[in-house]
Amino acid sequence: MSPAVTQFLAMGGYAAYVWPAYGVTVLVLGGLLAWSLGGYRRRQRELERLQREPKP
Amino acid sequence: MHRFANPARFMRLSATLMPWCALGAALLIGLGIYLALFVVPPDYQQGDDVRIMYVHVPAAWMASFVYALMALASGIAIIWRHPLADIAAQSAAPVGAGFTLVCLVTGSLWGERMWGTWWVWDARLTSVLVLFFLYLGYIALVNAFDEPGRGARAGAILALVGVVNLPIIKFSVDWWNTLHQPASVFRLGGPTIAASMLWPLLIMALGFMLFFAALLMLRMRTALVAAKVRALRMAEVERHAAGVLTPGQPALP
Repeated sequence: MSPAVTQFLAMGGYAAYVWPAYGVTVLVLGGLLAWSLGGYRRRQRELERLQREPKP
Repeated sequence: MHRFANPARFMRLSATLMPWCALGAALLIGLGIYLALFVVPPDYQQGDDVRIMYVHVPAAWMASFVYALMALASGIAIIWRHPLADIAAQSAAPVGAGFTLVCLVTGSLWGERMWGTWWVWDARLTSVLVLFFLYLGYIALVNAFDEPGRGARAGAILALVGVVNLPIIKFSVDWWNTLHQPASVFRLGGPTIAASMLWPLLIMALGFMLFFAALLMLRMRTALVAAKVRALRMAEVERHAAGVLTPGQPALP
């Protein structure tokens, strides 16, 4: 890695605090988004299946 | 208010608004992270550790804002029984809990280097932890009843009682001698934070707000679709029951 990248990643000696903080944020907010999107798609598929079924 | 409390109208309105909120959130959070990590200079006291502030503070603002919104929706649900109010409160709760968790964890990471400890039981930290437990308690209570209506009502009352915690969080840094620093943005006499740090913070905060708006609409839409699925299932069960009892068929063996 180039010195500039290494220096950026080192975060002036705070790498062990700055990167986990951003990691947790991305993980929690991204997790909420993925969970909510999954739930929406599942319900939507259920609804489509119920509406497709022939009525007696 | 009444005009938007109609579920069909909400489905149409949210279908238009949600993509724009999501796009705005992606752009603003992307720009905010770029500014926070690459552009903002290191703090003269905190060095690069100050970059944690750009996720910690917006998450903390959202934690309180989402709770206020949840309580408002709960009040509307109790008083006017709007069909969407309970759904809004229940859809917001897990997102609010997520923001509170981000606030607590990032604050802890920051405190370890700046204060020399992961956690102290000072008034600010403790009241935010109470906020986190209020979210979890609300979610547990809503799902604790067999009949969804009773769970929603019990949860709404808890959400309203918990509002007392919001001013405690806001003013804890003034009322008590806390390790946590006092407000530097929303205070009488204007912000005390440098403009070069304030702007990225506000961009990030607006990004978080739009992210919440998009996620809330998505979760409310999910709840409405689920209600429709339940109604169709019920109709199907009733048709079957009616079919069994048609004349000419043996009712029971």
